[in-house]
Amino acid sequence: MELILDHVSHSYGDVEVLSDISLSVGSGEIVCIVGPSGCGKSTLLRILGGLEKPDHGAALIAGEPPSDSLNPLTYVFQDFALLPWRTVEGNISLVLEDHSVRKDKARAIITDVLARTKLSEFANAWPRQLSGGMKQRVAIARALSVNPAVMLMDEPLSALDSQTRELLMDDLIELWGQVGFSACYITHNLAEAVRLGHRIVMLSRRPGKIREIVDIDIPLSERINHPAETSAIQRRLWEAMRDEARAADRELSDVA
Amino acid sequence: MSLDATNEIETRTRRNTSDLQQSRKGLVKPVPFRGGGFVHTRHRLIAPLLFVVLVILWEVGSQTGFISNIALPAPSEAAGAMSDLFETGMIWKHLSASLYRLVIGWSLGSLIGVFVGLAIALFSLVRAGVSPFISALFPIPKIALLPLFIIWFGIGEGSKVATILFGVFFPTVIATYGGVDNVDRNLIRMGQSFGLSWMSIVRKIIIPGALPAILSGFRISASIAIILLVAAEMIGAEYGIGAYILMAGALFATDQLIAGVAMLSVLGLTVGWLISRAERLLLSWRA
Repeated sequence: MELILDHVSHSYGDVEVLSDISLSVGSGEIVCIVGPSGCGKSTLLRILGGLEKPDHGAALIAGEPPSDSLNPLTYVFQDFALLPWRTVEGNISLVLEDHSVRKDKARAIITDVLARTKLSEFANAWPRQLSGGMKQRVAIARALSVNPAVMLMDEPLSALDSQTRELLMDDLIELWGQVGFSACYITHNLAEAVRLGHRIVMLSRRPGKIREIVDIDIPLSERINHPAETSAIQRRLWEAMRDEARAADRELSDVA
Repeated sequence: MSLDATNEIETRTRRNTSDLQQSRKGLVKPVPFRGGGFVHTRHRLIAPLLFVVLVILWEVGSQTGFISNIALPAPSEAAGAMSDLFETGMIWKHLSASLYRLVIGWSLGSLIGVFVGLAIALFSLVRAGVSPFISALFPIPKIALLPLFIIWFGIGEGSKVATILFGVFFPTVIATYGGVDNVDRNLIRMGQSFGLSWMSIVRKIIIPGALPAILSGFRISASIAIILLVAAEMIGAEYGIGAYILMAGALFATDQLIAGVAMLSVLGLTVGWLISRAERLLLSWRA
């Protein structure tokens, strides 16, 4: 299955946030979207997952999602969005209950995703007991449990400290090696993008337009061994983005 | 680095600091401590102890004649009135009549209140239509409407239950829809993004999220219910704590009056304790 954005433009009132954006996320592919703050990255992700309707253009699905996918387009949020009144296990079973996966089948799925995200011994913990990194692991486990065709990740590591971020990046790469999920990964952190993205799409300042698309051929698991290449890409992206980021920083904004 | 070397460095550092204090006497002093305080520590015994001390002082004051018996009866007299109540068995008659009205009035009021509150919070049409009425009717003292309730619901239990019901209804509505409004929007968006049904989002995300606010609303509405209970029982009730207090007041039997008031306090404490239990049970996730 392929997720496509076809000439999408969107405005909030008079403010145009996205302008004529076309991109696609193929099967097993991680597409990173980077851009200065306020360039409409999150809006783009909301449009991709059907939480918002674009003014022009459309988000399209090409091909059928896998038949065992309960929720083809699944989000991972920056603030984790875990229910504080449910345990780790309960948070995952929440999203299975509505797809009438129950009892043994649900238990099997939960055990599997908890093992994949290294959370097995925390099944009965409350979210308040977990560190930020563990909370995001739970959120990723929850997303995996519905077997998504594409994961829509909205700055999933931005609320974490840099050490936790490193750990979680390694985990995501390992997980991708196992599951081969596809993802649209929004971030403002270029280091994350060059570590995790098969393709990096750089947006310009508001209204967000595609400025550059960079494909990185180095396999995800080997990038850590190619620091020269990745940091060269990262530097080039930053050179291209710096002036816009500075201008965006000095902008008054009424759009959340 | 070897262990010995580490130890040596450690001892040297320690010696250096103490040297510093000695060699520069007068010049070196510790940074003054300015932290501490403003932290609550639990003192379980203080409240009962203070209560006992106050009662003893009161008793002594009454015995010595410092407190006139006409102004305030001695605690022992009030205790006597209380034990009379137990001996004659009248306490159960009064208490059961009051509890019946309280439980029915409060439960119905809370139930309807939570439903209306949810409806206001979830449907903008209901909010636009009903919430101005809530704001308009909430500040009316329900006791003022008691004569109307008597005409509508009869002089018997109906009017008393209705007074409590209406008194409980409004604060519950406001607590409920305030609670729902404060549920994290991101959690709702999360539910939608995972394809949860509307009913599931309400049941599993919105109601548990609003529960802390609803329960603290219950705390307030329960106290309002007790106040209204007494007020309602002062009109045309044969039994009930309010009727007992009214009768005591009419006869200037101040010892009985104090006994009745004590019953109300115990009732209030019990209700507060029950709600604390419910909070601990239902909100255990908050720790």
